[in-house]
Amino acid sequence: MSEQDVLREFLLESNENLNRLDSEILELEQRPADKELLASVFRTIHTIKGTCGFLGFPLLEQIAHHAENLLSLLRSGERLLSPRLVAVILECVDAIRKILGNLEATQKEGPDEYAPLLGRLRAAIEIREDVPEPPPAEAAPAEIERTSAVAESAIRVDVGLLDKLMNLVGELVLARNQVLQFTTQKEDGALTATAQRLNLITSELQENVMKTRMQPIGRVWNKLPRLVRDTAHACGKLVHLDMDGAETELDKTIIEAINDPLTHLVRNCCDHGIESQEERARSGKPPHGVISLKAYHEGGQVNIEVADDGAGVDVARVKLKALEKGLIRPEQAERMSEHEAMNLIFLPGFSTARAVTNVSGRGVGLDVVRCNVERIGGTVDVFSTAGKSTVIRLKIPLTLAIIPGLVAMSGGETFLIPQASLLELIRLDGDCAGKIERVHGTPVYRRRGHLLPVAFLNQVLGLAKSAQDDVVNIVVLQAEDRQFGLVVDGIKDTQEIVVKPLGKQLKGLTVYSGATIMGDGRVALILDVLGIGERSGVLVNRGAQDRTAAQTLAAAGSDNQRMLLFRAGSFSRLAVPLSLVARLEEFPQAQVERAGGHHVVQYRDGILTLVSLASVLEPGSPADTALSNDPIQAIVVADGQHSLGIMVDQILDIVDETVAVRQSTNRLGLLGSAVVGKEVTDFLDLRAVVEAAAPEWLGRQAANRAAVVLLAEGSRFLRGLIRGELEMAGHRVLEAGDATEAINRMEGVPITAVLAGSNLPPGGYEGLQDAIRQRPNLAQIPVVELAASAGRREEMLTSIAQLASAVATRDPAIPAGCAKDAE
Amino acid sequence: MRTLQTTQYATFMVDDLFFGIDVLRVQEVLRYQEMTRIPLAPTVAAGLINLRGQIVAALDMRRRLGLAPRSAERLPMNLVVRTEEGPVSLLVDEIGDVLQLEPADFEPAPDNLTPSARELVQGVYKLKGRLLLVLDPDRTLEVNEFLEARPAGSN
Repeated sequence: MSEQDVLREFLLESNENLNRLDSEILELEQRPADKELLASVFRTIHTIKGTCGFLGFPLLEQIAHHAENLLSLLRSGERLLSPRLVAVILECVDAIRKILGNLEATQKEGPDEYAPLLGRLRAAIEIREDVPEPPPAEAAPAEIERTSAVAESAIRVDVGLLDKLMNLVGELVLARNQVLQFTTQKEDGALTATAQRLNLITSELQENVMKTRMQPIGRVWNKLPRLVRDTAHACGKLVHLDMDGAETELDKTIIEAINDPLTHLVRNCCDHGIESQEERARSGKPPHGVISLKAYHEGGQVNIEVADDGAGVDVARVKLKALEKGLIRPEQAERMSEHEAMNLIFLPGFSTARAVTNVSGRGVGLDVVRCNVERIGGTVDVFSTAGKSTVIRLKIPLTLAIIPGLVAMSGGETFLIPQASLLELIRLDGDCAGKIERVHGTPVYRRRGHLLPVAFLNQVLGLAKSAQDDVVNIVVLQAEDRQFGLVVDGIKDTQEIVVKPLGKQLKGLTVYSGATIMGDGRVALILDVLGIGERSGVLVNRGAQDRTAAQTLAAAGSDNQRMLLFRAGSFSRLAVPLSLVARLEEFPQAQVERAGGHHVVQYRDGILTLVSLASVLEPGSPADTALSNDPIQAIVVADGQHSLGIMVDQILDIVDETVAVRQSTNRLGLLGSAVVGKEVTDFLDLRAVVEAAAPEWLGRQAANRAAVVLLAEGSRFLRGLIRGELEMAGHRVLEAGDATEAINRMEGVPITAVLAGSNLPPGGYEGLQDAIRQRPNLAQIPVVELAASAGRREEMLTSIAQLASAVATRDPAIPAGCAKDAE
Repeated sequence: MRTLQTTQYATFMVDDLFFGIDVLRVQEVLRYQEMTRIPLAPTVAAGLINLRGQIVAALDMRRRLGLAPRSAERLPMNLVVRTEEGPVSLLVDEIGDVLQLEPADFEPAPDNLTPSARELVQGVYKLKGRLLLVLDPDRTLEVNEFLEARPAGSN
């Protein structure tokens, strides 16, 4: 934003404020005790003072400053508003207006002729009752231009009205399309010419109406100088802010969405990026740190860069911190590239600030930045040169309302797939068409050596099957951090689509993110890639698998089978029958956490325990590298309710051949070996592996029949957190959000034990306990109090352990039917 | 009670039921419009129509009332109703006149009305020779009911 533009914005805003100020002060005169009114007047003057201080208008600042002082006395009740004071304040407003007028005309404040006014102001502040009368004619308001040319060239428009205009233009475009179609059928020169003109005007109108929603990014930026000043001051640093490209325009909704992330980033630069003056002096840098903001268009996106000339990201310290906080593991840290390591700063719970200041260092911020930016379809990246600079680059789409989409057909209907989720298109025809294979009924496609789970769109949506079988179109999609293929009947082209939300009646449908109107006026649905993935089971398998572990595991070793080949530890070729495998999964390393002595990942609303195959087959072996892969590859086995992830080093292949185990072995975890695909392959004894790695897993079915736990806690978030842990511990869980609900639940269903939090309306844990004690039929049910800070995992686990012992003291012989009801 | 003063009702037929809806809630009435069906949506949601650039969900009143489906050759009419979240179209069999009705003729819905109709009917006007059922537009558009109306696990 050029200086001129800054000034323009300032004048626009100040003039608007001044006009309001006039009427407010006059109103204040009528009602001098109105605190709100006084506060509003104070705020306005304060804003003007703040901004002109930044812009460097000393005269203006001086007047505003004194006016503010006077107002603050009024606000605190030390002075009462008298007509004389009102006159002084109004005089200030006039003076401010006059200076603003000068600024607009000449960009200078004009002559300093305000000494008498300042004198009167000071006198008023110092409680001298003899505030001299202002000279009568001089400051007559009539002389001062009341309206400003800048203010008149812009008006405020309701966004709703703009939306309406946008819709009308959309209609006009459709009508135009139809007219154009007619003209091609009729040979009429005049009509064709008119239609052409209509065409041009419509396009131009559309473009301009779109522009009305665009705002310069400077709107967000103009709050930052003040922020930088304050933050730098608080940190005892000298920081200068440079801004370049403030005129770059973005859709209003996007502007709003990036406001917070940008504020975070700039604040972060001040606090973490720029060094203290002494440090800067030591490294030979000028005392003033520089933060520069840059915005520019590139490839249909807007890039926003927040750069500082500070110490840069200390990669070693970032790694150390991430290790300390358990966000990564040592092996991972070693293999990480510098750039990857830098991006660790965006992980939740990460902060390298040595001390928590009131500015930053609490470990919230950068992950929130990433989250917010990704929510609007943008990306965040960091580049840094140690000791010199850090650049954080945001890539933001221009608008949310119009996105590029791929037009795809399935079951005779047209659908749109947002291009942002699209990775590639694969077309299989002829012999290749049969290349979609099945892993335990789940279709997969071998894409460059990796298995890609595949879903058929017509099956997902319950549409008719396509007639042609010889051609298969796979749209490879990215949903969150996973990829899958979506088979469609045909792919047409890509289009810019206007996203319209579905009505509230259809909000429950997660497979669509909205709808749009196609060129021919027909409505087409926009697919929600994540929703489709979940619905199809490619990402979340909702279908219960009713095989028990024992059944499936016993199937090992039989002939003619489809085998999954993989590698783990020092076993370069292992095999397991595919029929035992529920799914193959990949998890980013960063998602792996530790709980109950196991590695776990959060997986489909639950927690999946991960065991490393190498550590089972060769305990203590240094070859256990499964965890250092990123993403971690895991074979998931399921017994209908629970899943277990077995981490391997690499999934190699799926082969379909007759296999006889040639040589048996006594080694733990192996059945024997055989030749598969011309190579000797060890066969895994999956049951033994599971038994060795997670003994509680096989026994769980017997254990969890009895315990029905009522989780009574007011916080839904906490309930969700604890519920997962309880279920992992083998309990069936019922939830209640308040004491009444808890009692109702307990009276309806036999409960083994209650876990109650303190945040439980009305009477907390004690209240619930009293209520239970008053009911003889419930009185014997143990009530365990949830640790006060159960949000922390250790505390929560302690509470759960207490609960488990309470459960153990109860007779577990609750009829199975009741437990079923409880679910 | 708003039934105390005379109200104008837009009337329509669904199967053999004669309905009225407060005319102020009706945005417009349209002939049959081409619809885009919505796979996996509850059956009540018959599709989406393009109402001059606005995408509007069309709800089949026969389904909503639990009546037999319309015969294939009979195209429904669109009665577009205003709601706070934008217009929604009700698919009805026929559109009738706008009637001005006296509160004196009003009576609460009879108890023996079918349950699915009863929850949507505010009351009945006794007209000459026929009864007019007053439709509650808000309850007709209640979301929850429709999502539950969809058989579990339909796929």
